[in-house]
Formats: sequence, structure tokens, C-alpha cells
Amino acid sequence: MKEWLDGVIAGSALLQGAPREITYFLAMVFFSLLAVGWMAILALSFVWMERKISARIQSRLGPVYCGGKFGWAQTVADALKLLMKEDLIPRSADRLLFTVAPVIVFLSTLLTFAAIPFGDNLIIANLDIGIFFILAISSLAVIGIIMGGWASNNKWSLYGGMRAASQMISYEIPVALSLIGVIMYSGSLNLLEIGRAQAGGFWHWNLFRSPFLFLGGFVYFTAAIAEANRTPFDLPEAESELVSGFNTEYSGMKFALFFLAEFANLFVISAIASVMFLGAWHSFLPWQILPGPIWFLMKAFSLVVVIMWMRWTLPRLRVDQLMQVCWKYLIPISLVLLVGLGTQMWVFSGR
Amino acid sequence: MGAVAKYFSDVYRALATAFVGLGVTGRNAFTKPTTLEYPDQRWTLPDRYRGILHNRIEDCIGCLACARACPVDCIHIEISKRDKEEYGLTSDGTKITQWIPRFDIDMALCMVCGLCTEVCPTCCLTMTKEYELAVTDKRRMYLEFATERDKEMVRKKMAEKEAAAAAPPATQE
Repeated sequence: MKEWLDGVIAGSALLQGAPREITYFLAMVFFSLLAVGWMAILALSFVWMERKISARIQSRLGPVYCGGKFGWAQTVADALKLLMKEDLIPRSADRLLFTVAPVIVFLSTLLTFAAIPFGDNLIIANLDIGIFFILAISSLAVIGIIMGGWASNNKWSLYGGMRAASQMISYEIPVALSLIGVIMYSGSLNLLEIGRAQAGGFWHWNLFRSPFLFLGGFVYFTAAIAEANRTPFDLPEAESELVSGFNTEYSGMKFALFFLAEFANLFVISAIASVMFLGAWHSFLPWQILPGPIWFLMKAFSLVVVIMWMRWTLPRLRVDQLMQVCWKYLIPISLVLLVGLGTQMWVFSGR
Repeated sequence: MGAVAKYFSDVYRALATAFVGLGVTGRNAFTKPTTLEYPDQRWTLPDRYRGILHNRIEDCIGCLACARACPVDCIHIEISKRDKEEYGLTSDGTKITQWIPRFDIDMALCMVCGLCTEVCPTCCLTMTKEYELAVTDKRRMYLEFATERDKEMVRKKMAEKEAAAAAPPATQE
């Protein structure tokens, strides 16, 4: 990023005259606004997709009027409504924490966008520890969620926050363990290198290179859905039990931030799954027919559709079942898969 | 079943049942939606649908059968005998022997049972297929069917009768 920016500055007479620091600062502001805009567009289109998919699964039509065809402007109208709503803070709430909580949740999701490669070299920050960065930053969201639950001063919000904390911390482990398999196999934490190693047809994708990685992909997908608090693991906001969980007391823009982060998270977990297991920006054939970013977005979007499909199919788990799935099934299985992968690599590649 | 076998059969069952469910919803997603976009599209109503009442007043003979049949007394009729030379005919050939200065139906009271239409001898009182009964003013649910001609005739007759009653008996001698 910095090298590219230096190249642009060297090429332009106008920018060469300006002080370096100001140019860097303006570029940072521009690209972070770009990321926020991209995230908002993603979240709005996912909400629309979710409404359409749920409607079709339930033999309904979903939004049809707003914006002319297919109700495409429905979520835009909803977002405008949320922006104009009164921003309520309950009298007995902790004002500071109540305000900070949605910002933390939003930021933790936004920051992960910095390390997601949308194509070869199309990445905001090419970090050597990209996947580690994403895992570390996205677990910060749990602080914001528990903060929101606590600051609301409401039993059900607090329950939602506590559930979110226990769930997200538990499911971090299988997520990380299943990703470690890919990291071992590729020998790198850099997302660009992991992506480049999967070039040349779908049999080069990590998912199909080893039976252990194939199963690991499923473990990752399940655990990531749980970490993003999606149905069937949506206990933190279980509507029938906790009203709406940690975001019950939120309205207006603060609620919109939670909502935006939740749906952007969908994209983040699908993007990581497609980079780590599904060949990143490479086509499923040895030759690249379409540009890389289009392949990447197609993969990520189809995974998002699968997650939504699962949401409208499976019922919610009980709390004890949730913990059971994580500690008794996903973690042992992913550990066994790691050992298996290590054995395979030792036997076949001698590493 | 041993503990290990149960562990793996549980994993298998969790995955298998999830895929069965996904199959059901996936297939359903590609069926035709059952939604009918109501104001734009409408149902085809059955022939004997009972909607709002309507009276073809030119065929009404003022027999009062409907008012008597009505269980909630929402039909209000006034009749007045016609003279011989004023008799009319309905479209099915029945003699009309009454002026009908008032034929009102209070749809706010009506329970849409259809008994009045069954007793109507000339089939002039019918139930339409109109089902959008909501109005902004309750008075608009009060339907009046009497024609101006009948009202006028009865008014004239009453005036004649009054004039006859008010005239001094001396002139008659």
C-alpha cells in the first residue's frame, strides 16, 4: 500500500509539492471511507438478500414495491429510517459504555476488511500475519457486545451479552484450529501467499488437497457461523427468549451500527472461508476466465447465501447443546484433523 | 451401542438431518410463492359469494318478505298501495301493486346471512361480490334504494289526502 502510494506521489507533480504526511493522512482517510462505504453497501445488499431468500423459502415474495423492481431499495429506505430515528439512551444506562459498545463492534468488523485480499495484490494492508490479525481483531467484537449488554442495565440484554461472550470465546478455538491446518499446509500466515498457492484449478484448492482439510473446512464453516452469532447459533439475540439480546435497548444509529457489523461479519467469514479453503481469487479451472475479484466475490457471496439458507432451515440450539457441539465435537475433531494433516504432510512431503 | 459408536452416529445424524432440512427448504425456495399481491391481483370469488346487498328496485314488488326474514331487522321498507291504473310489471311479469317510498338497508347492522335474498319472490334483492366494505363514515353503510318517482307519487297522494281532510265538509254537500 505504502509503496503503491509512493509511486502515485512520484508520478504526480501536484502531490510531489505537498508535504508527505498530509498526503498520507488524506489517503488514509479516503481509503477508510471507501472501506466503510463498501461495508455499508455489502450489509444493505445482504439484508435485502436475506429478506428475499427467507421469503422464497417460506413461499412468500419479500419486498416487491420499494424502488420499482424486486424491492431493491427496501433496505436503503430502512437505513434512512434508522438514521432519522431518535437516538434513545435509557436513563439508568451507563452512558459512556452504551455509546462506545456499538463503535467497538463496528470497528472490529471494519478493521478485518483491511486484511482481506479481494484479488491478487488487491488488499488494503498486506500483512505477513494477515489471518492472525483477522482472528485477533474479530474477537474484539465480544468486548463490545458484552459492554452493550452490561451498559443497557437490563436483565435480558445482560443475558444476551453473557451468552455472546461464552459462545464467541468457545468457538474461537475450533475456528483457529481449523485454520491452523491451512496455515500448516501453506506454510504462511499471509493471506496473499495462501491465495497464490491455490492457483490452477479446483483440485489445487486447499479444500480438495487433503481429506483432513476438506473436513476442516466444514468445521471452520460451522464454528464461524457460531462465532458470528447466526442461526442456528443465535443464542445471544434469541428473540423468543431474550427479546433481542444485547441490542434490545438500542435504537437509531447505534442499532444500525450493530446491524451493519452483524451483516458485514457474514461477508468476513465467507471471505476467509473462500481465501483459506476455496482458492481465493482463482477460477475453478486452470485458466482465469473472469478477473480475480469477481471470482472472489462470487465465492464469498455464494457462501453467504448458504449461511442464509441454513438460517431459515435449522432451529436454534439450546445453550447446553451449543457448548456440547463446541467442546465435545468441534474441538476434538479439529485436533484429530490437525494430527492427521501433520502425519500426511510428514509421510508424503517429508516436512 | 458403545460410547464411541454413539459419538460418531451423533455426528452423522447431526449432519444428515441438517442436509435433509436444507434439501426441503432449498426445494421450497424454487416453488411458486403462494402470496397474492392483493390490491393488484384478486381472487376469483365463488358464484354464491355473499358480499354487500343490492336491490334492483325496478323489480321490487314491496312484499316485505325480506324485512320479515331479516334476523337483525336491518331492512326498513315503507309501502303505499297503488291505484289500479298505476300497476306495473316486473321483468319476470309479476304485478307491482305498491309504491315503495323507502327501501333502506343498514349494512352496518347486516350480518350477511343471505336469508333475505332467499325469500325474495322476484329475485331482485341479491348479494353482490363486493367485499371491500370499509368506509370512513358510518352513514355510507346505510344504503337507500327507493326511487325519486315512488317518493314523489306517495308525497303527492299524502298531500291530496290532507287537502281532502282539511277541506270544509260544507263544500261537499
